Amino acid sequence: MINISKIFEEVKVMKNFTLNFGPQHPAAHGVLRLIVELESENVVRVEPHIGLLHRGTEKLIEGKTYTQALPYFDRLDYVSMNVQEHAYSLAVERLYLDSLDIELEIPQRAKVIRVLFSEITRVLNHIMATTTHAMDVGALTPFLWAFEEREKLMEFYERVSGARMHAAYIRPGGVAFDLPMNISEDIYKFVIQYRKRLEEIEDMLVNNRIWKQRLVDIGIVSAEEALNYGFTGPLLRGAGLVYDIRKNYPYDDYEKYDFKLIIGEENNSYTRFIIRMKEMYQSLSIIEQALNNLRPGLIKLEGVNITAPDRAFVKKDMESCINHFKFFSEGFIIPANENYTIVEAPKGEFGIYLKANDTAKPYRCRIKAPGFLHLQGLNMMSKDHLLADVVTLIGTQDIVFGEVDR
Amino acid sequence: MLSRFVRTGLNSQKQEIGAIQFGLRSFQTSKPSLARWEKEQDKPPTFKKVVDDAATAFFMTEIVWGLYITMGYFFRKKCTINYPFEKGPLSPRFRGEHALRRYPTGEERCIACKLCEAICPAQAITIEAEPRQDGSRRTTRYDIDMTKCIYCGFCQEACPVDAIVEGPNFEFTTETRLELLYNKEKLLANGDRWETEIASNIAADYLYR
Repeated sequence: MINISKIFEEVKVMKNFTLNFGPQHPAAHGVLRLIVELESENVVRVEPHIGLLHRGTEKLIEGKTYTQALPYFDRLDYVSMNVQEHAYSLAVERLYLDSLDIELEIPQRAKVIRVLFSEITRVLNHIMATTTHAMDVGALTPFLWAFEEREKLMEFYERVSGARMHAAYIRPGGVAFDLPMNISEDIYKFVIQYRKRLEEIEDMLVNNRIWKQRLVDIGIVSAEEALNYGFTGPLLRGAGLVYDIRKNYPYDDYEKYDFKLIIGEENNSYTRFIIRMKEMYQSLSIIEQALNNLRPGLIKLEGVNITAPDRAFVKKDMESCINHFKFFSEGFIIPANENYTIVEAPKGEFGIYLKANDTAKPYRCRIKAPGFLHLQGLNMMSKDHLLADVVTLIGTQDIVFGEVDR
Repeated sequence: MLSRFVRTGLNSQKQEIGAIQFGLRSFQTSKPSLARWEKEQDKPPTFKKVVDDAATAFFMTEIVWGLYITMGYFFRKKCTINYPFEKGPLSPRFRGEHALRRYPTGEERCIACKLCEAICPAQAITIEAEPRQDGSRRTTRYDIDMTKCIYCGFCQEACPVDAIVEGPNFEFTTETRLELLYNKEKLLANGDRWETEIASNIAADYLYR
């Protein structure tokens, strides 16, 4: 005799549909593989599989001198290059300058240039974050407009450093080259006209009902959850927490700049979009202030080992010539010491733990990437959401796989 | 503890709150521009606001406004360039394809000091050297693996005689990988071909080097 209740029991247990949100999905912002477990169209579980862009940066850096390790930081989060160089440069400076008997600080002009380019980078990153987010959700046009502006910013990169993205511009001890003539004026002109373009993009998106329907109340993260998951940047500030390293632990004279932190209340995707948009205005204001703070002066520490001597001196002066050769062959030695340096990257807190061991190469370089922690929260954020919202969530987390996979 | 953290913040600084004031729950508002946010307080809905919101919802004002901006862009000056025929400007500092330069006499500049080989983060440069017939030290082999190179520009910064430079050429794609393994002949040929541009770039940037 057939046990009917048993059949029903077997029927009741249905396996959820598992979807492979593939490594080559255009909305995945790079090579993210998500295993999405679906119940009809509702997401039950999201499991990110990362590591497809793993290059072993941390290990590679152990085999490079402090100078050689610098370009690797451009390539971590490849949409906010200079901020990461900034973090690394600060880390190396703190280690090196702490070991000296005298108190040294990097020149004022170098600090201002660093802040200037960090903020340009923040604008670069937020253009990418907001408009590609819009593109994933379905609004292609703002992306095309904003990338014209992004192109202009990359031209500034190119003018100072020679590379449009992987600049290797901010170096330990200062910056690589001085600003070329007229660039300040051009940056100022850009700032003026970019505000208007930003307002146009906002006109397109901020009140657009389709955009709001896709974003409002999607991926709500409470303040407690954000703290527990280690979120930083817009994902944390969206929950009303006042945490911005530029304000809380200022570096390179950020305390002298007048800017507001943009704090949200209900931490949903729309809040974070608004925060990013408003942060761009704040960055523009910092850029203006930095341009006003620019004074003639040195652009890197001189007379110490962490910077190469100027070329003019190398040709004239034997001592500089020797320093030049030592710098580029052996590098500079940092006494055994360790520190953890954080900067406010556009995506959140970017930290570098550096351990020196009396050689010219770091003993250990641990990179704390904000995107890595954000991606861990994807499962939590996508609870009770639809499959289509996963795309929104990836967009709102502003994930770049260079830094997640390292 | 958490609520204290939220209220006071870490440095108990006066905070001007941005997105809170906007009232995120209201789906349709009549104010399109973010620049006007600062005045937008969380007020109880007035009759005017209710009517405005209803009108926005019904007439799709924000969609129409978006279409209007898009139409405006349609008539604006185009920002695209016709790439292979038009190119964007390059700064004198541009780091493109490598080249080995010569002195005006035709003598190659590189003295095989191997600084570029030492500094290269990607270890893309291989140099072998021995004294030449006349006793001067020159390279017998100077290879750059362009597939390894990360174009950081450290080699040209390291070079004490401006021999290895990254020139203004960025169009050096090849059909095979093998062609990207540059040897000394290829690099010197590049130098000869791009010498005018490279020399003018170095001259233009002399103030900053």
